[in-house]
Amino acid sequence: MSFVRNFALGAMGIVVAIAMSAAGPVYAADTEVKIDNFTFNPQQITVKAGTTVVWINHDDIPHTIVSKTFIFKSKAMDTDDKFSFTFTTPGAFAYFCSLHPHMTGTIVVEADTGK
Amino acid sequence: MSTHDHDGGEGPSRRKVLECMTWAGTGMLWTITGGVPHSLGLVDEVMAAEPKGLTFLQISDSHMGFDKPANPNAKGTLEEAIARIKTIPKKPAFMIHTGDITHLSKVSEFDDAEKIISQAKLDVHYVPGEHDIIDPDLKLYKERYGRGTKGSGYYSFDANGVHFMGLVNVANLKGGGMGSLGDEQLAWIEADLKGRSASTPIVVFAHIPLWTVYPQWGWGTEDSARALTTMKRFGSVTVLNGHIHQVMQKVEGNVTFHTARSTAFPQPAPGSAPSAGPMKVPAEQLRTMLGTASVTFKRGEKQLAIIDTPLQS
Repeated sequence: MSFVRNFALGAMGIVVAIAMSAAGPVYAADTEVKIDNFTFNPQQITVKAGTTVVWINHDDIPHTIVSKTFIFKSKAMDTDDKFSFTFTTPGAFAYFCSLHPHMTGTIVVEADTGK
Repeated sequence: MSTHDHDGGEGPSRRKVLECMTWAGTGMLWTITGGVPHSLGLVDEVMAAEPKGLTFLQISDSHMGFDKPANPNAKGTLEEAIARIKTIPKKPAFMIHTGDITHLSKVSEFDDAEKIISQAKLDVHYVPGEHDIIDPDLKLYKERYGRGTKGSGYYSFDANGVHFMGLVNVANLKGGGMGSLGDEQLAWIEADLKGRSASTPIVVFAHIPLWTVYPQWGWGTEDSARALTTMKRFGSVTVLNGHIHQVMQKVEGNVTFHTARSTAFPQPAPGSAPSAGPMKVPAEQLRTMLGTASVTFKRGEKQLAIIDTPLQS
């Protein structure tokens, strides 16, 4: 697997969306999944390969992001903590919170056709 | 009631009864005889507070390190709970802690819990909550409380003829599911109970409720049916849980289920809020929603009594 693991630092603050120039390949902007009320929002998103997805926990209770196939796994995220992961391979990636496993979500990764 | 005098003796005087009543406050008493719940009057309630059988305490969901608006001082309310435990007239045999000792499995949080809970000067039998096993190396809980336990921390022991089983239903949870005991622990439960007389009272304690309280919030244990089937032949089974930060009870055949309050913060009744997160209540209400429980077996009477006592009535 060629996934890039990337733990977002708590101090990172605002995630900056970077769009490459029109001349080169266009990568999708970073995409955010919010955790509110024990729910991933949006619960399912579709992104291009190469996209970094950032999860942010807005609850007063820690959560984790764990891939069902254990491709990615966050530490326990306290309030306002973030976790990010860059998806490089197309596919559907189901994940859940290992503390509250009824919380589930999916990231669908489409091939980046370069257009 | 810290200044009240609860010395021993044959029975409480009227003055002491009244004092105890003040302390018991809205503490709810219920008792089970032959599977039928009875509610008892206030005087009975007070008598039960000075019992002759085995009495132990249940404390749960201390969440050391929690500092959010629902209770910015979870350390302080745990201290209050322990201070109250120290004033119980008849010293309980021991204490059980049904998990979520800490909020984030930090060393400092485990240290704070130990410092405060040890002041009760009682043996404490722990089981982990999901908040106690989120340190990066998954070792702090087991190092401190899991010595001599099996698997992720389950074990059993006997006291006064009662068989106690501390179970772990917060480890290796599967996406989309609820709490889980796992095949290895289920096999151990069967082996542990094998050959025991059906008249042995069984007390099971674990963090997440072993009955399905509210699946939408994951409040249940998906594979508990197998464990409970193993326990069916026993005349008295009591299941004590935490996790949901409120008192709930259910009787099913010979099995009594009961959940304890947290000492840290309340959670909403099932379905009454968008999620199970910490519930912010007016400051003056907070202590009425936090507390501990005491459990008493009276030998020969096959009777069990649980008194839930809030920090403030």
